[in-house]
Amino acid sequence: MGLGWKDDEKPHVLAVDDSLVDCKIIEKLLTNSACNVTTAENAHGALELLGLADGQQNFGNTVSNVNTIITDYSMPGMTGYELLKKIKDSPTVKEIPVVVVSSEDIPTRIEKCLEEGAEEFFLKPIRQSDVIKLQCRLKEFGNPSDEGEDDLYKDI
Amino acid sequence: MEVGQMQRQWVDYTKSLFLEGFLDGQFLQLQQLQDESNPDFVVEVVSLFFEDSEKLLNDLTRALEQPTVDFKRVDAHVHQFKGSSSSIGAQRVKNACIAFRNFCEEKNTEGCVRCVQQVKHEYYLVKSKLETLFAMEQQIMAAGGSIPMLELNF
Repeated sequence: MGLGWKDDEKPHVLAVDDSLVDCKIIEKLLTNSACNVTTAENAHGALELLGLADGQQNFGNTVSNVNTIITDYSMPGMTGYELLKKIKDSPTVKEIPVVVVSSEDIPTRIEKCLEEGAEEFFLKPIRQSDVIKLQCRLKEFGNPSDEGEDDLYKDI
Repeated sequence: MEVGQMQRQWVDYTKSLFLEGFLDGQFLQLQQLQDESNPDFVVEVVSLFFEDSEKLLNDLTRALEQPTVDFKRVDAHVHQFKGSSSSIGAQRVKNACIAFRNFCEEKNTEGCVRCVQQVKHEYYLVKSKLETLFAMEQQIMAAGGSIPMLELNF
């Protein structure tokens, strides 16, 4: 699971939002920016797709090679912040950049997400310029975890 | 009516929706996202918004009819409505939702009931305007024309 991606490969983004309207829009914004997109309606669905759900038995639906996760903050059940924490606590997926989006401009909210390890925080409605800015930021990362990945699989 | 005239009417109508505050820049963003790979994108998103909104309005009305009003629940619905209307650029609906949230915070039932009416009013207005707009687009396409690219300098 690399952070960066090769130029001829499309980044795979997991978008999490309980609003069908916003999900559709973010999906289009991302596909217009040459990304492959998987969507989830809530945090639990996202965790299942990442193979992280508590007591998960069925891994048939998990997605691989997620380069970035974009999640709404306010979601029923588990919030985007709690999802962020779960991802950052997990040895398997903590390196995946997580972007939090919210319709509310609350500085303490933004701070705590960034402190918890969110890559970026965007205010809704997201625009094409936000997605482009994000892509540039993520490409700058390069591929530091590629080395880590080799080590992980070395002895298998 | 010939295509050129239909297109000019469409442009004038769209401009009026912006000038009268029914739509804001976010709607333009959606139009700009639409392309040949998904030529019905705007109609699809707006249809989702209509479906979402009808449900939210029902939930809101019911929540306010309860003997003890759960203002947190009402506020959650309004927050959602504010979000989706903002995402499609339905400015007047969004503003009505913003005002609504103030009454939720004050736990003012009467104020909230008035707000639901106001939000409903704005919603049905913009719904009707958008349906008219889409019907015009259908006519233009049926006549073999294309939808003009809108460049608004506000």
